[in-house]
Amino acid sequence: MYTYNDFDRAFLAERNRQFRAQVERRISGALTEDEFRPLRLMNGLYLQLHAYMLRVAIPYGSLDPAKLRQLAYLAERWDKGYGHFTTRTNIQYHWSKLREVPDMLDALAEVGMHAIQTSGNTIRNVTSDHFAGAAADELTDPRPVAELIRQWSTDHPEFQFLPRKFKIAVIASEADRAVMKSHDIGLRIVERDGARGYQVWVGGGMGRTPMVARLLRDFLPEADLLPYLEAVLATYNRLGRRDNKYKARIKITVFENGLDTFRDEVEALFPARRAAFSGVDQDWLADIRARFVTPTLPERDAQAYYAARDTDPVFRAWADTNVTPHRHADHGIVSISLKAHGATPGDASADQMRLVADLAELYGHNDIRVSHAQNLVLPHVALGDIPTVYAALREAGLGTANIGLASDIIACPGMDYCALATARSIPVAQGIATRLEELKIEHEVGHLQIKISGCINACGHHHVGHIGILGLDRAGVENYQITLGGDPSETTAIGTRTGPGFAYDEIVPAVERLIFAYLDLREGPEETFLETYKRLGMEPFKSALYDQEARAHAAE
Amino acid sequence: MAREFTPKVVTANALIEGDVVYLTADDRWTRHLSEAELLIDEADAEYRLLQAQARAHEIVGAYLADMRPGESGPEPTHFREDFRRKGPSNLFHGKQSEGLSHA
Repeated sequence: MYTYNDFDRAFLAERNRQFRAQVERRISGALTEDEFRPLRLMNGLYLQLHAYMLRVAIPYGSLDPAKLRQLAYLAERWDKGYGHFTTRTNIQYHWSKLREVPDMLDALAEVGMHAIQTSGNTIRNVTSDHFAGAAADELTDPRPVAELIRQWSTDHPEFQFLPRKFKIAVIASEADRAVMKSHDIGLRIVERDGARGYQVWVGGGMGRTPMVARLLRDFLPEADLLPYLEAVLATYNRLGRRDNKYKARIKITVFENGLDTFRDEVEALFPARRAAFSGVDQDWLADIRARFVTPTLPERDAQAYYAARDTDPVFRAWADTNVTPHRHADHGIVSISLKAHGATPGDASADQMRLVADLAELYGHNDIRVSHAQNLVLPHVALGDIPTVYAALREAGLGTANIGLASDIIACPGMDYCALATARSIPVAQGIATRLEELKIEHEVGHLQIKISGCINACGHHHVGHIGILGLDRAGVENYQITLGGDPSETTAIGTRTGPGFAYDEIVPAVERLIFAYLDLREGPEETFLETYKRLGMEPFKSALYDQEARAHAAE
Repeated sequence: MAREFTPKVVTANALIEGDVVYLTADDRWTRHLSEAELLIDEADAEYRLLQAQARAHEIVGAYLADMRPGESGPEPTHFREDFRRKGPSNLFHGKQSEGLSHA
């Protein structure tokens, strides 16, 4: 993992000193809110419905025990004892007080963390595969490249005032666990004729106008990455629309100008950009790579794991959903669900964070990840240690066996916190998960991804949910639209709307009808919800949603 | 007759704490909607909003929120204002947890 050097520490200390002075000037009245707002947003500080919210960057979702313990400390010292992990693998503190934020930032700096560029029209936190360095199918660990991009994009003077925010993801396997094609730029590390390089995807995004990214460059040589990114960003900076916020993302720039024209513009800029890079970035990348060595994993007897599977059905059910094969056969990747049935998706208490930090230290080679699905991951645990890890997790309310199942719901904070929201999303997720637990059917249902957003900005990824739910304000009441057939994986697809929306108290029963319809329609347990939908299309699901409702209403 | 004016209160977030506040008739910022001044005249509401916006060292983002008169002061007409008045629905945090015995 990358650790800050003197330059990084000095940079951060100076930024924090500046922000502390800016806060003081705002409180003294020397700065108006209009003057202060862009300054606080540059430092990740939002004003939401009930309080200030500090969004702390977790680059490519990677944490070590010291960082996670410090996040726990912030939660306890300056918040209400918990933090909320987001779909950009960041953490948010929802109850920050303006006067205390500079202290929070200083505390973060102690462990090499900050909140810079977690807001504003800049390059945001670079995300990656949460199984990086552990996945059996990856070409290489994508995180060194993500770190290089982080360093290059942090405080990059040319890209601080883009037309709109800009999100980059990096993966290194065919399986896409980072929703790469929903990013402004998605990079996939590939190999061609023995040489490493990148597939460059552009113009993906969710929001009001969801689009799947398109292939901008089939193979970009490794050393060309940063100059090529600069050429893309500079093209966007020039062509991107600043007259209409809703048309300002690069997906619209690519769409309106056409992919070929956009590519021509990028290629025209590229030679001059390339010439400006002396190669120092590649030296630096090599240096970063040396710090991301997958730990040497000793040979371990996995007998305890298999014995526990045989004797304890509860453990086996959890291991089936929450343990993923590691590239070392005697190890596993442990996903820790932050989706206990009825709890708020993505919330973790300070105690829970400290426990995960302890487990990472004792059994996980000091490595912790945050996934875009708002869960935590211990990427390198010996199979033989997993029963012990599970017992500790379960004790702390972190033993929910639902990764990839219907109650592993992504939900944005929605109108319970967010000033932009048009409806609540958290209670809908709680309602669905609670109902699934009552019915005890989700293991039978299998892989099903439900994603909920509380407004059209789609932080809850509803467009790529197998079942997507969008909360809107319809004539002063909450109303929830359903989409089906979205897909966040490498076969990325945007869901299709089923029809009219559902009221707050109708949405959980509606989702339940969809799930039962799937169980009736599937050809067997091996056919997933998404596969059944692809085979049969919208009609039978639509019928389950609306015909039954019509019948129910008629019966009243 | 002119179109009916929906009564309003002036509301904002406190500068330091960031929580929801309302303007009272005697020019205080209160945490309790029940104490807010209900403005039933449009011109008066606009004037009170301008006065509130001038107090930028105390609050952020003042605006006029629709209300209706209730038995114990103004009542929200929209669910967003109802959440602002109480706090989040997933956790017992915010105003709902902060001693509503006041007033």
